[in-house]
Amino acid sequence: MSDSAANSGPVLAADGTPLKRSLARALRMQKMRALALISPLLIFVLVTFIAPIADMLFRSVENDIVAETLPETVVVLQDWDAASGAAPGEALYDAFYIDLVLAEEQKLHTRLGTRLNYEKTGLSSLFRKTGRRASRFDTDIYTDQLIALDPSWKDPASWAAMMQSDANRTALPLTARTWDRWAAYLTGEGDDPAKKKLEDFLYTAAYLDMAAGHAKGASDARIAAAAAAAPGFETVSLKDQFAKADKAWVDPSVWETIQIFSPKYTNGYFLNAIDLQKSPDGIEPRPENQQIYLMLFKRTLFMSLVITASCILLGYPVAWILANLPSRTANLLMILVLLPFWTSLLVRTSAWKVMLQQQGVINDVLVWLGLVADDARLVMINNQFGTIVAMTHILLPFMILPLYSVMQTIPPSYLRAAKSLGATNWTAFWRVYFPQSVPGIGAGSVLVFILAIGYYITPEIVGGTTGTFISNRIAYHISSSLNWGLGAALGSILLGVVLLLYWVYDKIVGIDNVKLG
Amino acid sequence: MKLKSLAALAASTALLAPMAMAEMADEMTLVSWGGAYQKSQVRAYAEPYVAMHPEVKVVWDESSNEAVAKLRAMNEAGNITWDLVDVVAADAIRLCDEGLAMEFDPDELLLPGDDGTAASEDFGDLIVSDCFIPQIVYSTTFGYRTDLVPEGVAAPSTVCDVFDLEKYPGKRALEKRPINNMEWALYCDGVAKDEIYDVLATEEGQEKALAKLDTIKDSVVWWSAGADTPQLLADGEVFMGSTYNGRLFSVIEEQKQPVAMMWDMQVFDLDGWIIPTGLSEDHLARVEDFVKFATDTKRLADQAKYISYGPARFSSAPLVGQHADLGIDMAPHMPTDPENAKNTLLYNYEFWADYRDDIDAKFQAWLAK
Repeated sequence: MSDSAANSGPVLAADGTPLKRSLARALRMQKMRALALISPLLIFVLVTFIAPIADMLFRSVENDIVAETLPETVVVLQDWDAASGAAPGEALYDAFYIDLVLAEEQKLHTRLGTRLNYEKTGLSSLFRKTGRRASRFDTDIYTDQLIALDPSWKDPASWAAMMQSDANRTALPLTARTWDRWAAYLTGEGDDPAKKKLEDFLYTAAYLDMAAGHAKGASDARIAAAAAAAPGFETVSLKDQFAKADKAWVDPSVWETIQIFSPKYTNGYFLNAIDLQKSPDGIEPRPENQQIYLMLFKRTLFMSLVITASCILLGYPVAWILANLPSRTANLLMILVLLPFWTSLLVRTSAWKVMLQQQGVINDVLVWLGLVADDARLVMINNQFGTIVAMTHILLPFMILPLYSVMQTIPPSYLRAAKSLGATNWTAFWRVYFPQSVPGIGAGSVLVFILAIGYYITPEIVGGTTGTFISNRIAYHISSSLNWGLGAALGSILLGVVLLLYWVYDKIVGIDNVKLG
Repeated sequence: MKLKSLAALAASTALLAPMAMAEMADEMTLVSWGGAYQKSQVRAYAEPYVAMHPEVKVVWDESSNEAVAKLRAMNEAGNITWDLVDVVAADAIRLCDEGLAMEFDPDELLLPGDDGTAASEDFGDLIVSDCFIPQIVYSTTFGYRTDLVPEGVAAPSTVCDVFDLEKYPGKRALEKRPINNMEWALYCDGVAKDEIYDVLATEEGQEKALAKLDTIKDSVVWWSAGADTPQLLADGEVFMGSTYNGRLFSVIEEQKQPVAMMWDMQVFDLDGWIIPTGLSEDHLARVEDFVKFATDTKRLADQAKYISYGPARFSSAPLVGQHADLGIDMAPHMPTDPENAKNTLLYNYEFWADYRDDIDAKFQAWLAK
């Protein structure tokens, strides 16, 4: 072999191409064929499973609602120094007025309020109430003064035409941006912006542009005339208007919150998920009376480990008996193991309630036997104990089945051989049998642990306050508080922890040592 | 009675005539809470409606518990499969805030009361949101086992007896959320009723409420589903527990358990319909037609025949009669009955919309301690 390789370079196939390339081609063909075969499943899983999960997890960092709802405000707010301790200046309130009224028209302001309320209590109703009032602020004086100057300002079609010209758009930049958002919204609703009645905020935007001096020397006669007259206009302080609507608007801490959560992506949810929070001075721990998630993560891991260990302890002897009985009896027993699979999870959990509660079966029997006094019945449910018992029972088949299928392949003659060579029962079991059953334990443990870590129905029903898992909080944030960002962050961390543990497991035990049968 | 409903029917069809132009869908999906409550809706609203419109197929979905989350998901997917959703008022406000529920004009969508008052006045303050079509008034209140009252002690009569472990030893069932519990705790800690929410808005007030709850924490079984407390009471697992008044009615009157009501400081809340935004025109027409029918004076009063929740219209109250199967007078079992409503609290929607996230985080951290 080494001779021929040394003599004639690469080995050639029958058709003269190097054997290596020819082999690779044949393998590639095979791989493509295999891929084609599994592609329906692959596409199905990608579309219905991976993509939605990725989309959901992405929400843990997504935060574009602030920048999208308040684009003008966010830009002005960048220059405000939160450390100054003073409320922002007029310019910010001008921008915010336009953003808020536009958002109110589209019913987006309450959604933003809900989002910001996760970070600062009270913003939900602040946005809801002020949104309603902002459209009635005293900004109609700009409308009246512009129309008094030239009645054509009242005509929406003239605005639509005005906003076509690039020169006008440079003269009135804020107006142009605001008009675009307004027009896009109306078009989306099926309305024609050239026909819809003009709102006060458009006139306000126009006045602000003129007052800022952008419109000086505009080519359009109407704009030039208005720009010349604008310095003499009667004005209204929007800061005062907002302060009158609610004094929270001149509270710097409100603006601080909006400023911190202005970027399109945030790590705020992740920080929250590990009991930290963002503040102007950087990241700090949450108030102690709100810290809960780290403790829940630890509890979830700890209890899942306990449940896995109990499953091994209870499942190993059962699997051993199943594997060593004659197949007819074994099959009968197997049905008993499988029976719980055919019963609803809720029914099994509720059954544990009946068994474990203070007026339940077990306590009644103990009292009847005189082992427990009637007024000192054991508390076995609505705590960690209840969760561990119920979940061990529910997950037991996932431990027994892999153990059984591995044990079945262990030839009984090995044990006999060990004993005939002088081993005691224990040595024969521990040195000969047990090592061969480890792959079954590995497979069962991975299954049980990963299932346990994500359980939430059973802990919710029997866990009380000390036996609940992190998954109960995730469920709460997804379906009840609607803080999907936080729910997604908690879920991502849980997923990360599972993958990490899987990796560690692979390093220590080796995933090749896991056998499902 | 029959003549009257016929007249109402004629009136409603006359009113509908100009609207009937729109093609109406033959199928609608209604979402409710399941159980006895949904059954009362089927019997009081859906069955009579289908009798009038045999072509309509009504599909029920028991998802009200997760309605807000599911509607948000449907909205994001751009595929609304629900036509009418039964939610509590707080959820209606959130759905309205998120733009997921349709705003409406009460006098346009709903019929006037049978005494002629406009709908907006007949429902009055109960229209707590621009999207909310009120249906019933219910309350969260306490029930207790009569056979577990210690000998020689009067039966518990005020909500503060819940916090009195010395006089009334035994377990209590409380809901696993801050709402209501915090209010009761402050009230029994000596805070005047009209100051509860001012106090609860402060950090010290929240700590005070939790400290009060701390005194009974070891004796509390926390529930999360409305059916839990009735079950716990029936099993004798708890001595007293909070739940919805209709659930207690069925434990007491239908299942004849040794349980009695304690109406003191019951917390009034509202339940009603919302119409999701983004319905197709034919579905919207059908739903509006159904809602008009299902919220008229007669129909709302009819629902009280099957469950002990108060109708949301003023004009329905005098029509509340007897239970359809048990034949007992329903008026004394209504949370709104003057005898029961001597000392009550109204759920503060605005407060909880703001403080829900904050106080819930503290409450859960306290629970887990």
